[in-house]
Amino acid sequence: MTIFKSLEELHHMLVQKEISCVELTRAYLDYVDSADCWVKAFLTVTADSALTKATEIDKKITAGESLGPLEGLPMALKDNMCTEGIPTTCGSRILENFNPPYNATVTERLNAAGAVLVGKLNMDEFAMGSSTENSGYYPTANPWHLDRVPGGSSGGSAACVAAREVPFALGSDTGGSIRQPAAFCGVVGLKPTYGAVSRYGLVAFASSLDQIGPLTTNVKDNALVLNTIAGHDPKDSTSVPFVKPDYTQFLEKNVKGLKIGIPDEYFASGLNPDVAEVIQKAIRTFESLGAEVERCSLPHTEYAMPAYYIIAPAECSSNLARYDGVRYGYRAEADDMSEMFKKTREKGFGQEVKRRIMLGTYALSSGYYDAYYLKAQKVRTLIKQDFDRAFAKYDVLLSPTAPTTAYKIGEKSDPLAMYMGDVYTIPVNLAGLPAISVPAGFVDGMPVGMQLISKHFDEGTLYKAAYAFEQNTEYHLQMPALLKEVR
Amino acid sequence: MKLSREEVEHVALLARLQLSEEEVELYTEQLNSILGYAEMLQKLETDQVFPTAHAVQLFNVLREDEVKPSMSRDKILKNAPDEDDGFFRVPKIV
Repeated sequence: MTIFKSLEELHHMLVQKEISCVELTRAYLDYVDSADCWVKAFLTVTADSALTKATEIDKKITAGESLGPLEGLPMALKDNMCTEGIPTTCGSRILENFNPPYNATVTERLNAAGAVLVGKLNMDEFAMGSSTENSGYYPTANPWHLDRVPGGSSGGSAACVAAREVPFALGSDTGGSIRQPAAFCGVVGLKPTYGAVSRYGLVAFASSLDQIGPLTTNVKDNALVLNTIAGHDPKDSTSVPFVKPDYTQFLEKNVKGLKIGIPDEYFASGLNPDVAEVIQKAIRTFESLGAEVERCSLPHTEYAMPAYYIIAPAECSSNLARYDGVRYGYRAEADDMSEMFKKTREKGFGQEVKRRIMLGTYALSSGYYDAYYLKAQKVRTLIKQDFDRAFAKYDVLLSPTAPTTAYKIGEKSDPLAMYMGDVYTIPVNLAGLPAISVPAGFVDGMPVGMQLISKHFDEGTLYKAAYAFEQNTEYHLQMPALLKEVR
Repeated sequence: MKLSREEVEHVALLARLQLSEEEVELYTEQLNSILGYAEMLQKLETDQVFPTAHAVQLFNVLREDEVKPSMSRDKILKNAPDEDDGFFRVPKIV
């Protein structure tokens, strides 16, 4: 089928006029129409505007103009990235009727690159969750097994790419929300360095941790998308001015001499033995390719989770104070203002969001700030220092992305048990580092992700290692059985 | 430190959240469980450690102080749950 192809292949088809942009867009929209009743990755499908844009691109092709690498290619965005005039709900009922009056910077950059938006994707409400079961609308299914979660909070983004409903999507990652669903769905997900991609127009959850990144079916596509969205943005005060390389120049099959550290703490109790075996096999693949692999230690790893679950809710309680029913979003009827605020937030927010707002409000309240919030920020320093020491010796750190494969929808009801699913991804966000999850194998038919971590702004080395692994394995070429049934 | 029901109700008031009886019960238990887990941070000696607010160094962003048009009032009010004559309309305060 035409649409089960990489960005590079689709670009080639457009340039060679094997297919028009309208035909390509329509093929994707038809496929979304038939596949998404199973996967439920989309919250909004923007068929009309997609076809209008595709018509414009076809005019360029007819006029003989050259096409950029993403021009005319379909994409979808997690529903926490602002799209002017197109609903942006954040997976929450409180923003059900919100049509942003402006575009996020990533939206602007992808629009300018000619990518065709086909829709907005489901997510855990305000990006809080690890399974996309916390969406205010409906849970998304894992295309590899429809009774399993796709991971979260970018579960819609990972599931729609895994089901080939779009060739690429953007997600956001606060504690692992790109990498963990990428692992559960068997796709490539990159969380860039904090500050490498603008957060302007990304609805904030925890501002010092959130970062936007691409989800794709292969490493090269991922680099192509990062090429478009990365770079300094004066509209975001946390955006870093840095010299953006062409990330595709790092893609080579050779990793001879690459120094890879394997942190002992990421292979301790809690890791499913079958997942561990898949990752050990991946390590042996790197060794066979000439990489130098060595065990190492990140001694403060066990403190990352408790630090995160103080810092992230604290920032969330502050960021979500803006949802009061006055200027936008849902408003509950009430006789006075105070009642209106409380009722609006009671009815508009789901349980996980309320729990984190409560936690954060408590951690920041008078008398507890030092004991919880300040302490957690100090522990964050120790975690960052662990990584600094490791990167003085190694180019890349390698670990499982998640301790298990995707679990069943409804299986985990205890919040703490659910939080443990992000145990290997959270330290990376606290330290602001870039990390990628790539398909590394399967356990009982479910994908396993391998996480590679590098130092700040060294996404190039991540891509190099990930590409070499991908080109010497075939896990990324496998597709969910669902696809065969739908087509 | 253990949170009481009354403290949970006070935090809900600070956060402008109306909670049902069941939610107060549930959050008292869950918050205690999560904060109990966070107690392990106290095992670490951090007196000499500087806190990290952002892991990547931030830079001031300055621009020329030029007068530019802001977003139009109509565009902003389009999302308002209730508006009147160019203002956001809310329940009576006094």
